[in-house]
This record gives sequence, C-alpha cells and structure tokens, in this order.
Amino acid sequence: MSSFWSAWIIVLTLAFLVAIIWLLRWNMKNYTGIKEGELMDHEFDGIVEYNNPMPTWWTYLFWVCIVWGFLYLALYPGLGNFAGLLGWTSSNQEVLSLEESEQATAAAREAGLIVQYDREMQQAEEVFGPIFKAYAERPIKELAQDPEALKIGQRLFLQNCAQCHGSNAQGGNGFPNLTDDDWLYGGEPEDIVYSLVNGRRGQMPGWKEQFSEEQITELAVYVLSLSGRKVDPELANAGKQNYAVCAACHGQDGKGNQQIGAPNLTDNIWLYGGGSQASIEETLRNGRNGVMPAWDDILGEDKIHIISAYVYGLSQE
Amino acid sequence: MSKNWKHDFVEKRIGLFAILTIVAISIGGLVEITPLLFQKQTNEPVIGLKPYTALEMEGRDIYIREGCNNCHSQMIRPFRAESERYGHYSLAGEHVWERPFLWGSKRTGPDLARVGGRYSDEWHYVHLMNPRDVVPESNMPGFPWLAEAELDGELTAKKLATFRTFGVPYTDEDIAGAKAAVQGKTEMEALIAYLQALGTGLQQQAN
Repeated sequence: MSSFWSAWIIVLTLAFLVAIIWLLRWNMKNYTGIKEGELMDHEFDGIVEYNNPMPTWWTYLFWVCIVWGFLYLALYPGLGNFAGLLGWTSSNQEVLSLEESEQATAAAREAGLIVQYDREMQQAEEVFGPIFKAYAERPIKELAQDPEALKIGQRLFLQNCAQCHGSNAQGGNGFPNLTDDDWLYGGEPEDIVYSLVNGRRGQMPGWKEQFSEEQITELAVYVLSLSGRKVDPELANAGKQNYAVCAACHGQDGKGNQQIGAPNLTDNIWLYGGGSQASIEETLRNGRNGVMPAWDDILGEDKIHIISAYVYGLSQE
Repeated sequence: MSKNWKHDFVEKRIGLFAILTIVAISIGGLVEITPLLFQKQTNEPVIGLKPYTALEMEGRDIYIREGCNNCHSQMIRPFRAESERYGHYSLAGEHVWERPFLWGSKRTGPDLARVGGRYSDEWHYVHLMNPRDVVPESNMPGFPWLAEAELDGELTAKKLATFRTFGVPYTDEDIAGAKAAVQGKTEMEALIAYLQALGTGLQQQAN
C-alpha cells in the first residue's frame, strides 16, 4: 500500500477514535444547568424528560470498546501498513499465481510471521502428512488389503469421485462402473494411477456422414451380436461388412483396446444406454466424448495413491 | 433553557444533525473502502487471467438469470476445510474483471469458484438436465430448458464492449466475432462453457 493511503487510514482511524473519546467525555458532563434527577424544561404533548445521566454500566461498555479497539489495532494489521505487533495475517492475498502463493508462504515462515491459513495447513501436514507418506510407500496391491487405508480411500472417493462414478462406484450412464472387471484403460494399479493423475479422453467419432441410417442400424445390430445377443442374422451380416472401420479401434474381434480406451464390445457391459439398440445407434450416429478430468493438481500424488488402492480393491472382491 | 446545552442546538436543527450523522457513518467507508479502489491487490489480475469468451460471457448472464448465485458461492475462504475441498483460496486478482462479482453468500450447493475442469462437459450436461441422475441426494433443480433455448447473439458484442469500458482487454476482433461465436449455440452450452472457465485463471506461473 502506498504511504499516502497508509497515512490516510491511520490518521482517519486514530482521529476518529480520539473524537469518540472526546464525545463520550463531553456527554458525561452535565451542561444543562438542571440538577440530575430533576425535570428538564421542555415538554411535548404532555411528555416530559428527567435529566438522568447515562447508566454507569453503559458508559463502561463504551470505554471497554475503545480500549479493545486500541489493543486490536496494536496487535493486528489494521492501521495501514503497520503489520501489528503479533505479525499475524489471515492469508497471503497479494499473490498472482500458485507459484507466488508458495513463495509467499515460504517467505512468511522465514520472517516468522503468522499466516493463519498457512499455519493451519502446516499443522495438518504435520498430523496427516506422515500417514499419507507411509501409505504412499506401500504398493497399491498391498494397500487394497488394508482396511484402514481403504477407509481413507473411500472417504476421498466419496468426496471427489462419487459425483460421476456414484457413491457405490457403480457409475452411471456415460460414467464407468469401477466395481466390475471391465476396464476401459486397464485395471492394473499403474493404469488406475495414470487415469487419476493425467485424466483420460475417450473419443468415439460420429459416423452419420459416412453411413446411411440403414447402415447404422445394421452396424448396431452386428455390435449387439458380438455380446451374444439374439439378433436378426441378415441385418448383422450386413453390418459386419462395414465393421472394418470400427475394428481399427475396437479390434477385429470387438474386444476393444485399452491403449486408447476403446470399449470391449463383447462383454455385454455398456457405458451408454445399457446396451439398447437405440443408444448404440445414437453412439454410431453422433459419437461420444468421455472425459475423466486430471486430478494431480487437486489431490496430489499421495492421495491419488490411496484412492487408486480403493478403486483397485473394488474389483478384487 | 440553558444556552450551554449544546445537545439542544444539534437536536433541533435537523439539517445539521443529518450532516453530522453522515460524517460519522462515512468514516468507516472512507477507511475500509476508498483505499481498496487504488490498491494493486484489487486491480491487478492474476497472471494469465483470460477474459471470458463471448460464449462464456453469455453463460455468465444465464448463471445470473437462473439465480445460481443464490445457492452457490464463488468464494473459497482461506481455511483448510475449504481449500481441501475446493482448491486454493480465492484471490482478489481473480475477480478484477467481474462486474458484478458473483461471490454469493449462501451455500446450499457447493462453492463453484474453481469448478472449471473438475467435471466433464458431459457430466455438466447430465447434471443440469436432472442433477439426481448423477448425484442421487442432490436437491438442486434441473434446468432442462437451457438445452432447448438458442442464443441469438444480438447483444453479445454490446456486452463485451461494455466490459471493455470497465478495463477488460477485449480486442476489436473479439467484439466483432462475438455474435458469430454464440449464434445458434444453446444456453446449456454457454452455461457449461462458463462453468468450465471458473477458477482456471489462477495457474502456476508461466516462465
């Protein structure tokens, strides 16, 4: 803050406090020329007033507030650029990026200033940090057997993941079920960690420009046949003729490709629409975009490790 | 009546009394508000802050129209209990271009200051159509009409131009292309674009 605005604040604040003290003292004197407890010499509509002083307890409240005000301004930042005797502040507000925020935290710690938020974070780190660290050093497959770790993982999951995957982790329309053995991007611990850290982008292109409505229906019927559904063999056969373009991602046998998140079409597990012919046609027509956001910045490595163990454990039961 | 009694003098002159009252109550504002208008902290955007695109700007107006700010705040306070859930606490520099700001004061739903990028567009679509499809315990109303209402973009350029007068660095091309950028898009798309931009201004410093 410039010294002008700092002085502005200090002068106005202190002058106002002094003015209040003067006003209070002035009001405590009897200027009326009428003794306390006697009637004042004005009257309105039959209503008269006694010349009574302010109650003592009431004036004491004023004094307590004024003393409190001075103490507060001495201890805490209130008077312009004066930081207060305690060196206390609530948070580093003058930062313009995450990097500056970290620098400000480090600088305040070095200068011995109390930044309330930073201190709260540090205290939490001292308590919870070692717990997360200890878990982070153990392999995910082992953590998936540890009830305590799973409890932490579940809480983190409910807080951060349940909005899409559901509180029971069984997903929903367009959001994968995490409790089955069917994985879009692989279900090994390192695959799950990768999904959480970097996010995933599943892209199924739309084919309505390339294929006619008839061809799309035929393709959908063929796709249904892959998971053993009873279908019209003629339609399925016609669809098979065009399946080559699908095979590029989903494989000739329709078993998908976990490298690019192309779903397995043969297991009767469906991400969209529960495997109805209409929803498969819709997928073929307009394509689908499945996005798993990246959580690295939000959760950090250690928490992702524990959540991954929880998710891994879900499909191991 | 005693001439010494100065109370009487003030109390019987209502104009003087009003002026003295205004002086007394303006001190707080002069000390707490006026300096903020001239501080770097409240005027300098965070590094890498981007103005809302035309579509995001329309989305913001839909956010205001539907009253989202009545249940969702956009202000993460500097407490661990908040930053653990929502991310880094909000900074003044993230809001220098907000007119009016949408900090809100009530959280029936979660804070949205950093909701950008947290969920996929698809999730937002499903959630706005009917929140209970993805969050069964949600008491948020659905907003299905947004998916049908199309934007005509008649006022979009005007909106950007107005914000430019507030100091938001929109270029002439931004304003010229504003109508085309939103025309034919649905209100749902605009709102989702706005939500996905929220809180993404605060970044690691680009070196």
